[in-house]
Amino acid sequence: MIAEHRQQPLWFAFALHRISGLLLALFLPAHFYVLGLALKGEAALDGFVAWTDNPMVKLAETVLVFLLAVHMFGGLRVMALEMLPWSSRQKTFAALAAAGAFGVAVCFLLGAL
Amino acid sequence: MASTETIDVEIWQGDANGGAYRAYAVPAQRSQTILDVVTWVQQNAEPDLTYRFACRVGMCGSCAMTVNGKPRWTCRTHVSKAGDGPLRIAPLRNLPVIKDLVCDMTEFFDKWVGAGGVFKPSTTRDDPIPAIDPSTVERAAASEAIECINCAICYSACDAVAQNDGYFGPAALNRSWSLINDIRDAGRTERLSAAAGTGGCFNCHSQQGCASHCPNLLNPTLSIAGLKRAAVKAKVRGEI
Repeated sequence: MIAEHRQQPLWFAFALHRISGLLLALFLPAHFYVLGLALKGEAALDGFVAWTDNPMVKLAETVLVFLLAVHMFGGLRVMALEMLPWSSRQKTFAALAAAGAFGVAVCFLLGAL
Repeated sequence: MASTETIDVEIWQGDANGGAYRAYAVPAQRSQTILDVVTWVQQNAEPDLTYRFACRVGMCGSCAMTVNGKPRWTCRTHVSKAGDGPLRIAPLRNLPVIKDLVCDMTEFFDKWVGAGGVFKPSTTRDDPIPAIDPSTVERAAASEAIECINCAICYSACDAVAQNDGYFGPAALNRSWSLINDIRDAGRTERLSAAAGTGGCFNCHSQQGCASHCPNLLNPTLSIAGLKRAAVKAKVRGEI
């Protein structure tokens, strides 16, 4: 249940940015593990890359791409908010960040199919 | 206009040690405000119900309460605009409760002082009154922030305040920003140091709850973003 005083679009933009950041931080150990496979030799990494051809893994990667994109666009939005002259279009920018990230994720998924 | 219809109302009553909601059925009236409802309960059902108000026309900022989970100015909030279901009225969030719907505003105003909210004149009463050109960028920025009525609704809506007792909050920093843009003010450097220091503008997470709840349609996030930019520039130039 989201508290009443938080039910406004820019709080949801904040929450999405924070949650995507936390999930990406959780993903980092897996990312480093895969990179570490390369140190063990070509076969180990190739074995993992072959496993990622699984459609369910592609779907999970799409979620990951969305998280990366929404965190990047959200971060750019916050930096613009704080360091550029103020714009009254804050909700539009938040919507564009989410829509842009969704678009990037869909493009990734279409490319992966 | 008398009416046989009633509104189901729950009003929080207690003190700093805790409390609970009590339910009332209040006669419905046309154009009835939340403050009207609270006043009816105090005058007809709960004589020791404690609440604060003064002007009843949205100027004094003293009647803010939490209405159905949102901080609102109760004298200008009609019951019909407060949402569906029973009305739940509570004291403002993020401030210590004295009794029932009355909060202790001491820390709120202490933080105005902490954020550099006291005007420092650049002239004396013996000098001519300086002309203020309303068309300048600085004056426009000061004017945007100046209509604050000190109601603490933004302070109550702010999650950064809820999570950090030392944070000055949106209203105090909005005041600081209005003075930084005031050409008559002589305390810019000290003010900017205070507003950018511990408890200052960099604690803001830009959730913009302050702007979305401000009854006077001010935008404290805009002011805080202005402080952040001014502080970064001043830091780079070695001014603070």
